Amino acid sequence: MRREVVVQTTDLSMHFGGVVANDRVNFTLHAGELRCLIGPNGAGKSTFFKCLTGQLKPSEGQVLIRDVDTTGYDPHRVSQLGVGIKTQIPNVFDGLTVEENVWLSCRRWHEAGRARAVTAETLERVRLGDIRGRVVGALAHGQRQWVELAMVIAAEPWLVLLDEPAAGMTDEETYFTAELIRDINKTASLIIVEHDMNFIRAIAHKVTVFHRGAILIEDTMDVVSADPVVRDVYLGHKH
Amino acid sequence: MIKGQTNGGLIAIAVIGLAVMFGAPHVLQLFTIINLTTAIGLALLGLSLGLVWGYGGILCLGQTAFFGLGAYAYAVTAQNFGETTGAVVVAMAVGAAVAAALGYFMFYGRISDVYLGVITLTVTLIIFNLLRRTSGPEYKIGKALLGGFNGTTAPPLQIPWDARMTLFPQQLFYVSMGALLLCYFGCVWLTRCHFGRVCIAIRENETRAELLGYDARLYKLGLFSVGGGVAAIGGVLVANGIGRVTPDLFNLTYAAQAIIWVIVGGRGTLLGPVLGAFGVFWLTSWLGTQSYFNSNMVLGLVLILFVLLLPRGVVPAVTELAARWGRRKVGRRERMRARRRGRRRAIQPAE
Repeated sequence: MRREVVVQTTDLSMHFGGVVANDRVNFTLHAGELRCLIGPNGAGKSTFFKCLTGQLKPSEGQVLIRDVDTTGYDPHRVSQLGVGIKTQIPNVFDGLTVEENVWLSCRRWHEAGRARAVTAETLERVRLGDIRGRVVGALAHGQRQWVELAMVIAAEPWLVLLDEPAAGMTDEETYFTAELIRDINKTASLIIVEHDMNFIRAIAHKVTVFHRGAILIEDTMDVVSADPVVRDVYLGHKH
Repeated sequence: MIKGQTNGGLIAIAVIGLAVMFGAPHVLQLFTIINLTTAIGLALLGLSLGLVWGYGGILCLGQTAFFGLGAYAYAVTAQNFGETTGAVVVAMAVGAAVAAALGYFMFYGRISDVYLGVITLTVTLIIFNLLRRTSGPEYKIGKALLGGFNGTTAPPLQIPWDARMTLFPQQLFYVSMGALLLCYFGCVWLTRCHFGRVCIAIRENETRAELLGYDARLYKLGLFSVGGGVAAIGGVLVANGIGRVTPDLFNLTYAAQAIIWVIVGGRGTLLGPVLGAFGVFWLTSWLGTQSYFNSNMVLGLVLILFVLLLPRGVVPAVTELAARWGRRKVGRRERMRARRRGRRRAIQPAE
């Protein structure tokens, strides 16, 4: 049985002047999948991610999210399809409390009473209940990352796009984040851009390796990490 | 979240506001009451900027454009139809509509904050210069001559159901103060409902708000239009206070003063800009009675001092001070109670 395709890009290209950040990327994600995008710096992962979320408008090609052509959509319209997005640098409302941050995400989809209930539920789930009244700007980096994750979860998305969710976290924090992500995966498909190999090993079944703006290889983590070309790409050629 | 006034604070503001509204005409001289009506109009201009800048993060340097257009719309409509209640509605609609039209191009064009300030300021100065050149008899709208530099008369407000009865200055004061209170609490409500909280979120982080699925442009446009409408009501009141509308309503002095009111009173509060407007109005009136100092220089000095010493403005500073004082008082009371309890316990075994 073939599963439903939830994200598909065809010949997606992104140029910045003469620089080609993405070169004809053909990418497919099926429902229920948890996919990690990896690759060395400058491989085009983040650019690809931003094309999916609508933060960048691709130069050429097409993005389909569950049969909706979202090429050139603004981020709020992508989000309105039921897509949860977390960016690389934590994008949170620094001047507001943890609770207000999560509530704002919830209230977008639910009426007032239900939004309050889902907010409380989400705060407990992400273990932010004790610091719900704190201003987010004053929190530690890891906690800010979780606030952003909580905002993604609170919207109850069916597709989640995460850019480096474990960046700058301690091992313990990373472990809990991995747990959260597996939990999200029960109800949503995920695309995760990540650097941390141990983290990827903990969550991913299938990974996509980017190199020079294009997809180099797409397979399970074991196959990919054993692949000599991937090792070359990461560690550099020895001539 | 930067909390505004607590509910207790709001009740206090309402009580003080109503006391001033019904008490002032019995205590103050007629001349002061008429002056206060003008000051209230300016306070509404401050309130509108406080809403737009403080809660939406939209630095509008030309909030006077909507303020002045509101005043002109009121004067022209009232002169043409001889009826003022409809003219107030028209003024509000003109202020909000012009703000919406201007906002549409600025927000949907994704113009950055700095240019937004420049554009709004330019708009008000263009209108200022345009209206100064309308002195000939050919410049009229319906029956109303625009009158160039001298402006045109603003008929005083009438009782809504009886166009022959114009309001006396005292009654005008009641109406003005009532309008100020209504607008203030309307704005407070707006900043606490879902719409307002999203606007605050957009001020904090526009990207995140969009990633949550909120169309930031639309929210900013909505807030900006409301601000335009409130500023226009201010314009109507000033037109009534002075009895004329002149191009000066659009000039740089008012535009810059509005910014000063917000900075001095406290950005991110709604009470601050209102008090700032009253304070600066009182200061400039007082400075006008003496001839030792140039009043603009003193105003500049006041602004510099505030930016250096109270960068967040008067209202946030006072609120924080009161909160700290309250905490210390509660803390001391608890310490006392604990000590007393301890003493009692210490005595008991001896008995």
